[in-house]
Amino acid sequence: MNNKPFDNKAWFFVLPVFILVAISAVIPLMTVVNYSVQDSFGNNQFFWAGTEWFTEVLNSDRFRDSLVRNLTFSAIILCIEIPLGIAVALAMPRKGIWVSVCLVLMALPLLIPWNVVGTIWLIFGRADIGLLGFTLAKMGIVFNYGQSWLQAWIIIILMDVWHWTSLVVLLCYSGLVAIPEAYYQAARIDGASRWKVFRYIQLPKMQRVLLIAILLRFMDSFMIYTEPFVLTGGGPGNTTTFLSIDLVKTAIGQFDLGPAAAMSLIYFLIVLLLSWVFYTVMTNYGMDAPEKREVES
Amino acid sequence: MNLSWMAWTQPTAIFFIVIFCLLITMSIWEKISPGGGPRVGILRFETTRGDRLFLSLLGSAFIHLAWLLFAGSNLWWAMGVSILYAGFVFSFV
Repeated sequence: MNNKPFDNKAWFFVLPVFILVAISAVIPLMTVVNYSVQDSFGNNQFFWAGTEWFTEVLNSDRFRDSLVRNLTFSAIILCIEIPLGIAVALAMPRKGIWVSVCLVLMALPLLIPWNVVGTIWLIFGRADIGLLGFTLAKMGIVFNYGQSWLQAWIIIILMDVWHWTSLVVLLCYSGLVAIPEAYYQAARIDGASRWKVFRYIQLPKMQRVLLIAILLRFMDSFMIYTEPFVLTGGGPGNTTTFLSIDLVKTAIGQFDLGPAAAMSLIYFLIVLLLSWVFYTVMTNYGMDAPEKREVES
Repeated sequence: MNLSWMAWTQPTAIFFIVIFCLLITMSIWEKISPGGGPRVGILRFETTRGDRLFLSLLGSAFIHLAWLLFAGSNLWWAMGVSILYAGFVFSFV
């Protein structure tokens, strides 16, 4: 036993949070677990179903398709947003009045509520009044994301890139401005090319913020609901039905509480696993970054 | 207090009681030997016994799901595999 004084009274201050979390998270989660092993036809009557719903969800093409769609979506937006974010951050000025202007412009999309983002793009894509839809129609291109799955995907990806690239930009920019001038001076003395400055100074210095950006964007896009729901409603057909949209359809649309509960638990476990990876990577590779940067600068 | 909306069943109640008991056990263990027993295991970063419990439970959930998907609905075998897995996690991670 160590001899450090240890006062457990502090736990009383945490008690309100415990109670709040119990009511808002643990009790609903317990209820979901209870629902996932039963069947209900309403009227608060439940019948034991065992692991039937889990087997059904795991074997259902619908769930797998949504999962694959969701993973594909996350992969595509990461492949676009991360390089684009780095490029924009590199192009942003480091000094002067334009810094504030750029930062405010970059932050604007992040301030817009998600359902409004969906509505903006909904109008933007309309052929009669929307700028994008109208322009495309005038150019002779038939643009109707309500009928073409490819166009629906394109507009959802464009929307996400428009909405969230700023986050990557701001994170990368914060990494870039933290690089001391001495590194660039040394690079100039060595006669390093622009590419080598990027490859050997800027990219390694951005590594930690990039890690955070990638993980944040992955988690967010994996749980995306509002924007595609407003824009396409999961259609045409089911081609833009991501996991969360599918879940809401099952639970509230069809009122299949059992399968929906099983599905949300599986979804929850996937998110939990990813969050753990996120947390582990952050605490073991990311948390020491600010300290190191201070020491180095 | 009417809890019928929570639709409790005996198996799920046992499940949560076991989780609750595990948490109590961990608290007692922490009281007996404080500090969480940190060490660097095969994952090459520091874990405490709380991390190991979390990994065991999360892994067990996926083992059970995989069993349902590939082997069938007799989950006692999955439970056995999970206990072996938890033993492995507590010994090496």
